[in-house]
Amino acid sequence: MGDHVTEIVIFTLLFVLVSGMGFVAARWRAPKDMEHLDEWGLGGRSFGGWITWFLVGGDLYTAYTFVAVPALIFGAGAAGFFAVPYTIVIYPLFFLILIRLWSVSHRHGFVTPADFVRTRFDSPTLALLIAITGIVATMPYIALQLIGIEAVLKTMGVTGDSMLARHAPIIIAFAILAAYTYQSGLRAPALIAFVKDTLIYIVILVAVIYLPYKLGGWGSIFDAAEAKFTASPNPNDGITLNANNQLQYITLALGSALALFLYPHSITGVLASKNRNVIKRNMSALPAYSFLLGLLALLGYAAIASGVKPITDPATGKVDSNTVVPLLFDMQFPAWFAGVAFAAIGIGALVPAAIMSIAAANLFTRNIYKEYLKRDATHAQEARVSKITSLVVKVGAVACIVFLDPQFSIDLQLIGGIIILQTAPAVALGLFTRWLHRGGLIAGWVVGMGLSMWMLWQIPNAATGKAHFGGSAFPLSDFGFDSKRTIYVGFITVIVNLLVAALVTLILRATKTPDGVDGTTQDDYFADEGDPRIDKDVAATVDHKSST
Amino acid sequence: MADPETPKAVPAARSDRSPWNWLLLIPIVLPVLTPLFNHDSPRLWGFPAFYWLQFLFILVGVTTTSIVYQMTKKR
Repeated sequence: MGDHVTEIVIFTLLFVLVSGMGFVAARWRAPKDMEHLDEWGLGGRSFGGWITWFLVGGDLYTAYTFVAVPALIFGAGAAGFFAVPYTIVIYPLFFLILIRLWSVSHRHGFVTPADFVRTRFDSPTLALLIAITGIVATMPYIALQLIGIEAVLKTMGVTGDSMLARHAPIIIAFAILAAYTYQSGLRAPALIAFVKDTLIYIVILVAVIYLPYKLGGWGSIFDAAEAKFTASPNPNDGITLNANNQLQYITLALGSALALFLYPHSITGVLASKNRNVIKRNMSALPAYSFLLGLLALLGYAAIASGVKPITDPATGKVDSNTVVPLLFDMQFPAWFAGVAFAAIGIGALVPAAIMSIAAANLFTRNIYKEYLKRDATHAQEARVSKITSLVVKVGAVACIVFLDPQFSIDLQLIGGIIILQTAPAVALGLFTRWLHRGGLIAGWVVGMGLSMWMLWQIPNAATGKAHFGGSAFPLSDFGFDSKRTIYVGFITVIVNLLVAALVTLILRATKTPDGVDGTTQDDYFADEGDPRIDKDVAATVDHKSST
Repeated sequence: MADPETPKAVPAARSDRSPWNWLLLIPIVLPVLTPLFNHDSPRLWGFPAFYWLQFLFILVGVTTTSIVYQMTKKR
């Protein structure tokens, strides 16, 4: 595989450049005191419009998305395009809902969604459940970013025979990532995101103009895809949806949108912005990424038209469909440009991986360490624990990839999206009303989780030959309906979760069970930059800096 | 926007409420109506309707969030 040298050199150069930036980032917009979770974990809550755009964009549209969505389109056609409606629906939701979380967090100094739940519902137990759900859902997501890098490395022929040789590049990449995240906190991904997204925008724009020119126009690309799907035995593929998978398409788009903004890493990105207007303006600007994602998804069809055959993993004998887009670039572009594209994907993995590990670390620090292990922790101690936890989280993610079947991470991530949805009643509805009783929310969470696991267990996957956890499309016939339609598991379980929460709330209210004290006021949900902060649990030694 | 507010209201009574927010329902509901866009024709620059219509919905989303932001902005 000597012909990949140019690609590897360019990939490595850009990777080293970005790593250098990661270390320098600690001094970028330097804080007076880095030993504070607001600084390390939220970049000082000071990011303006541009930084937020790059940071949240780089955070939501991950390397895995950029590799997996075209792979899905390549394999199944229109059903894989759900990523576009999903990323349309999410911004109005952010605009209406997450803006309130920003305000109440700004006022109270919350760092995580569980912090909010703790104060709003006066229930450390509920907050613990929310925190654990967030950590469990985030871990496989970090591991998936590694799969994005791995797809690129495989295409460049950087693979070894032994387990260690095969994974050495990824271990090195993640060690560097861990080191600069430890040092610079959220400032590192914020700075790197500029490079990552610039590269991605250039690569995609070139690809969507150049590839159709080479392959005879978009019309013939779609025709080639249609020919492939007509010939395949799978009844649910095609360049448009059929009667049976439309419901799945809609519920998956809605459910994923709801899940995405509950993920701790999205919330971290939003809380780091400096005022409400920055967030609101970004909701009009972030869809630029959706456009990009849609175009990128269609490269799956371009891959069909140019006859890409995904790489088969020699170790496991499985076809790795995630190599579709890297192979397309390898085939159709000069080596140096393919190298830039691969670097864009590789660096694209680092930004979300860093933010996710910071988000998971913040959850552990605020809602487990400070709540249960050391109640009087100072701000400096919090920052230190969070930095160390972020290292542990990354080691865990690498271990997932090295020691387990990568398919396991993909399954876990699928589950992750569904379990994070179970925090919606407490986190999202909680921003509007305190009507649900904390006991009801806990009961709803338990039932929603249980039902999700049961439903996912039932779903086989013919393509990978698995009997369980084969996907998120639940056949309605399993509920006894006379129908071939399928529905997104998370959509059902979050509704059941809500119903149980409401029912138990009514019972608890009837029995006059105490409901705790709401630590927030109505006005907190509209607080903005410049409003005074409430910092009641601050340790006596360190004084919280004022926002004004 | 119809009735002018009394100037200098009590700062405690802040609210997000605005009739303009209803506009945000459009980009939530449109992408869910699959019968509306689940067709191959008419094609635009080779793109089947399914694809270019959903790209168009992105622009609808941008337009509505921009309008709502401008109209509800606090000065």
